[in-house]
Amino acid sequence: MVALTPISRKPMSFVVPTVAAAGAVAGIFVGAAQGSSLLGLLVGAALLAVIAVIVMQDILPERMMKWIVTAGFAIAGFILAGLPALIIGALFGWFFGWFAYWLFEGRYRGKVAPYLTSGQVLWHFTFRVICGAIFVFLITPILVVMPLSFNAQDFFTFTQEMLRFDPAGYSLKHYRDFLTNPEWTNAVANSLRIAPVATLLSVSLGTLAAIGLSQSHVPGRRAIMAILISPMIVPLIISATGMYFFYAKIGIIGTYWGVVLAHTVLGIPFVIITVTATLVGFDNSLTRAAANMGAGPVKTFFKIQMPLILPGVISGGLFAFITSFDEVVVVIFIGSAKLQTLPWQMFTGLREQISPTILAAATILVGISIILLTIVEMLRRRSERLRGMSPA
Amino acid sequence: MTFTRTLLATSALVAVGGTAFADGHMASDMTLVSWGGAYQNSQQKAYVEPYIAMNEGVTAVWDESSAEAVAKLRAMNEAGNITWDLVDVVAADAIRLCDEGLAMEINPDEDLADAPDGTKASVDFGDLIVSDCFIPQIVYSTTMGYRTDLVGDTAPTSVCAVFDTEAYPGKRSLEKRPINNMEWALICDGVAKDDVYSVLETAEGQERALAKLDTIKDDVIWWSAGADTPQLLADGEVVMGSTYNGRFFSLIEEQKQPVAMLWDAQVFDLDGWIIPAGLPADRLARVKDFVKFATDTQRLADQSKYISYGPARLSSAPLVGKHADLGIDMAPHMPTDPANATNTFLYNYEFWADYRDDIDAKFQAWLAK
Repeated sequence: MVALTPISRKPMSFVVPTVAAAGAVAGIFVGAAQGSSLLGLLVGAALLAVIAVIVMQDILPERMMKWIVTAGFAIAGFILAGLPALIIGALFGWFFGWFAYWLFEGRYRGKVAPYLTSGQVLWHFTFRVICGAIFVFLITPILVVMPLSFNAQDFFTFTQEMLRFDPAGYSLKHYRDFLTNPEWTNAVANSLRIAPVATLLSVSLGTLAAIGLSQSHVPGRRAIMAILISPMIVPLIISATGMYFFYAKIGIIGTYWGVVLAHTVLGIPFVIITVTATLVGFDNSLTRAAANMGAGPVKTFFKIQMPLILPGVISGGLFAFITSFDEVVVVIFIGSAKLQTLPWQMFTGLREQISPTILAAATILVGISIILLTIVEMLRRRSERLRGMSPA
Repeated sequence: MTFTRTLLATSALVAVGGTAFADGHMASDMTLVSWGGAYQNSQQKAYVEPYIAMNEGVTAVWDESSAEAVAKLRAMNEAGNITWDLVDVVAADAIRLCDEGLAMEINPDEDLADAPDGTKASVDFGDLIVSDCFIPQIVYSTTMGYRTDLVGDTAPTSVCAVFDTEAYPGKRSLEKRPINNMEWALICDGVAKDDVYSVLETAEGQERALAKLDTIKDDVIWWSAGADTPQLLADGEVVMGSTYNGRFFSLIEEQKQPVAMLWDAQVFDLDGWIIPAGLPADRLARVKDFVKFATDTQRLADQSKYISYGPARLSSAPLVGKHADLGIDMAPHMPTDPANATNTFLYNYEFWADYRDDIDAKFQAWLAK
């Protein structure tokens, strides 16, 4: 985006306090890690105020000044807490160098509309900071797991060796355990045997139900819809208990097909919802045109309707797959020792033996989930592009 | 042609069926329920692998559901579908399951093997058969451990160190239930060991124990799984904490963490098998055959090669040898070793059976305060 507003340098009375305030916030965290938040706050504010003043004297060229600040913070970090802090310090230094010039030169004004008041500009950036913070809080727990899965020890602990980036502190042994220990490989095999079949059933039944329920002449379709979607709304533990006693009566408890059926029931609502959403944009005159040209309902479905609603079907299928693949409550009720799935194994493993193998499994699963969701997103964009809904 | 083929196929089927029923109508699959982790592994190595080696074609799968065994057995019983063959539970759960008729009563002298010198099983296990349904395997204890690098110059020697936040500042981890904690609180409040349960019977005694626990409430991290305290100690999150002695053994000897343990005022408890009531005849025959083998003198002694829990048979004690991987003598790591057992408690089943609900409620209310 090009600059919308001409920019000008800002006065010291604005830049120095703002930079100092940012330094104070960062100082609280550094101070807390070193033992005193208050001291950290004061040192951070003072340090950044001095840097802001030096920046505003404009003695050194901007690029050199930024390098000096980055290096200075990196060295300070190294002295405080060794190698990992050096990197964190360098990041802090880089940020504050950029931040000081960004404020001083008034660059922050450049990309927002010229008619905004100062208050609106402030909100514009506060909003972005809030969004960033939410993002960080959502994503950090997932990211923390990943380095821990390479721990050379059998605990969920960042060891001294790991923090020093000593290769001896890292190991692939938990991945090896995950890939060779029969408990885990059986669990993966069970999950892979159950999830695709449950997905296939969910997709077939869910798509048919969605198509049927989108016909306006079906009596009581809202009630039917509500019942079909109820597994998503009813607390899982209640569905699981109900299924347990029902399946026990008809004798399929602890069997492969029992688990597949249970997961199918859980997956159907996702398929119905996504397919119903795609059907909203479906033009029914196309099926009438096909019928007019002599195609039967089955042929019309496969040749005309199915290709058009395919993105909805596939994304519903992916959700159904992830539901089955991640599901732990129902499988503990319905499954048996021979049908332990991956989430079940992780659950019992976490309770009885805190082993980083669980983290290795989690890291692999996160990777798979990211790939699957990327596919869903790409399909969604493709379908929007095909329907001409997206400007891109 | 077709006729001969059918005839051949039929006779082949008969032959297969004949061999399948040859060894006394025993089922060939077993579902064993245990606790997972190192303990289940010790059972796998000491009993299951040798048994399968002796009985070709038999398979055993593990279900790590001992923690919710009572609830699950109730549900299975209600649904009329028992999928477990042998369930590892703590003695207190065995007593409950037996009372509810969910576990099968056994006759120790008939169903369990004699000691090598001919001593009857009922004598060899002695008092440890705390219920008619209970087949004891091990004696374990719940005890206290501490970080050697976080306790300063004077390492704790008594369980009461956990209440001494001045000498040992920092967090400590205790199990989120009144059992053991109430006893330790009273001992450290000056009650003589023999009087603990008579004091704890009274409302004032319970108040007194909770008041003692109150002095450290802000410093306690409550645990519910046996793996929690080892993790917290390895992290340095706590300076000391309670867990099962086998977990400490693994933390100290196998994981080489800077941790030491106390045997002072350790609380003995028992763990063993129960056979669910109402098994079909072929599965029952198989599981009886297995359990007789798995609880004989040698097998119980073998188990101590893999985990530091004491065998429940008297005759197994002299056979306790060295750890399978580490090669260290296991006897000094047994909770029952005379040097470790100078000051011990035996989990009082009768007391806790009578008072558990009441004291649980008070303890939970105190926790929530």
